[in-house]
Amino acid sequence: MPIHEQSLIRPENLKTHDKLVIDGVDVSGHWSTFIESRVVTDYNERLEEEIAALPGGEYIHRCWQCGSCTNSCTVNAVNPDFNPRYWIYLIRMGLESELLRDKGIIWQCVSCNKCTYACPRDVVPEGVMKATAHWLELKGHTPKSKSMIFDEEFSGQVIETGKIEEGRIIRGFFAKTAQPLTQEWLVEMAKRVARRLPIKLGMLMGFAAVFRPRTRGWGRARRAIEEYVSEQHAKQRKALGLAELVEMAQSELSSGAKRV
Amino acid sequence: MSDMRVKDRKVEYRRVAYYPGCALEGTGHAYNSSTKAVGKALGLELDEVKNWNCCGAMEVKNIDPKVQTYLSSRVMSIAANEMGAKVVMAPCNGCYHNLKKAEHDLAQDADSREVVDRLSKKAGHATYRPGQLETIHALDWIKHGIGEEGLKGRIRKSLEGLKVANYYGCMYTRPRHIFPEKDKGPGSESTSKPHFMDDLLEAAAAESVDFPLKTACCGGAHTLSDSDTSTKLVLNILRAAEAAGADVIATECPTCHTGLEMHQVRAEKVLGEKTTVKMLYFTQLLGIALGLSPRQVGVQENVSDGLELLRSKRLA
Repeated sequence: MPIHEQSLIRPENLKTHDKLVIDGVDVSGHWSTFIESRVVTDYNERLEEEIAALPGGEYIHRCWQCGSCTNSCTVNAVNPDFNPRYWIYLIRMGLESELLRDKGIIWQCVSCNKCTYACPRDVVPEGVMKATAHWLELKGHTPKSKSMIFDEEFSGQVIETGKIEEGRIIRGFFAKTAQPLTQEWLVEMAKRVARRLPIKLGMLMGFAAVFRPRTRGWGRARRAIEEYVSEQHAKQRKALGLAELVEMAQSELSSGAKRV
Repeated sequence: MSDMRVKDRKVEYRRVAYYPGCALEGTGHAYNSSTKAVGKALGLELDEVKNWNCCGAMEVKNIDPKVQTYLSSRVMSIAANEMGAKVVMAPCNGCYHNLKKAEHDLAQDADSREVVDRLSKKAGHATYRPGQLETIHALDWIKHGIGEEGLKGRIRKSLEGLKVANYYGCMYTRPRHIFPEKDKGPGSESTSKPHFMDDLLEAAAAESVDFPLKTACCGGAHTLSDSDTSTKLVLNILRAAEAAGADVIATECPTCHTGLEMHQVRAEKVLGEKTTVKMLYFTQLLGIALGLSPRQVGVQENVSDGLELLRSKRLA
């Protein structure tokens, strides 16, 4: 029997039986499909606070669930499972386990800011997506996304020298994500440039990086930024209860060592 | 009053501080050389910001947004306090966006002011105060510094017969609140249907096609970290431009431009989806209309081979 709005039911919650006898009555065929009801017991009441403690997540409390973000979303148009409005709802309700079902795609926000443009409540959903992706990584729910690896590679260079050199970033990123630089499409692109301009190709791939661009006298700015960033990171770890976790683990380790 | 304002800009934009940014010294080199060449041809002067730093692009904000605000503020501080500039021009959408965002945050948010002040003092330079500088895009610079009428008088090679899809991308228009001068009615730029690039290229007699994806996203932030999504997004843009009958997509951002070029190749190689529309920076097209050679505006540096197209339109 067809189930209306079946797309709204998760496949694993649909129980279909080929042969089913209930109270001695054979209901195989017609009444063979059941929907398992969802039970949520493990609310994380601090989830919204934790997201709000990370950069970008500050204004999540303003959301009134109009859905303008999802409606305008670039990534949603490519992948309908990418649903900022829903995730903001889950976070505000503390439905952590539900949120974790989508942990593999939240980092895919492309920061096009269409949501932030459309939002009537200034939630800055783009920032919330970044904060959520960051939260998933800090809590150990997901490994570092490729996007975060790229951001760190890029930011590391900016903080170190004041400037970036694209070839160096591309090389660093491909090395850290264990991807070969010789992917067919990259090689094809290189060939097309090389036909006309071998020097540009060198610049692009960094083979001929003659010097590393840097801002003169950047050292003081670098130290100031590093100091500030480490302060902020400590604050964020505290807000997420990560510092306590580490302490707990350490004390358990040491008490374990004593017992031995 | 409005006449006064127009006159002021014609004077103010004649000589502006220039913030090229990192991309224009790398993959966007042709945008840099063509912007300078067009400025020269139009009698607009550029003073490069001394010893500038990266604005943080789309990346540093994901590590810490206030550090990104500081990075922009340092550039603006040098332009305003060390060079005495009133206007800074950034042709890269990322740089332009970040400077605008920093201006907005510093004017509106006390925390941002505090962090920027602390970092500026420790780094040993004057703290940028909001309101010291006006940040403009290369489009504003030409649109208000010369204007369509001024351009028309200087056109040596009409772009007539060239069908252009004008592509503005995300960072030039979104989010709206960091661009208080936009959406002010006739004459101002629109954040939903931007038209400054259309206006300038039409002044050079190019035909702007009706292109619905002017402000669509090319996936530039994840161009390498989520290439499959970026390829799909770019393919949409390329297909829409072709469906609108465009010969060329005019760009005004090095990240968009490189993204379109890269993923055009990737779509062909990975998805087997071939598109033939070309990409040229709007400054390259303007430069050619002003009588510069394709080489002078760096057409040979593009991955997308615009030379053949220019030849077929008798522009090269």
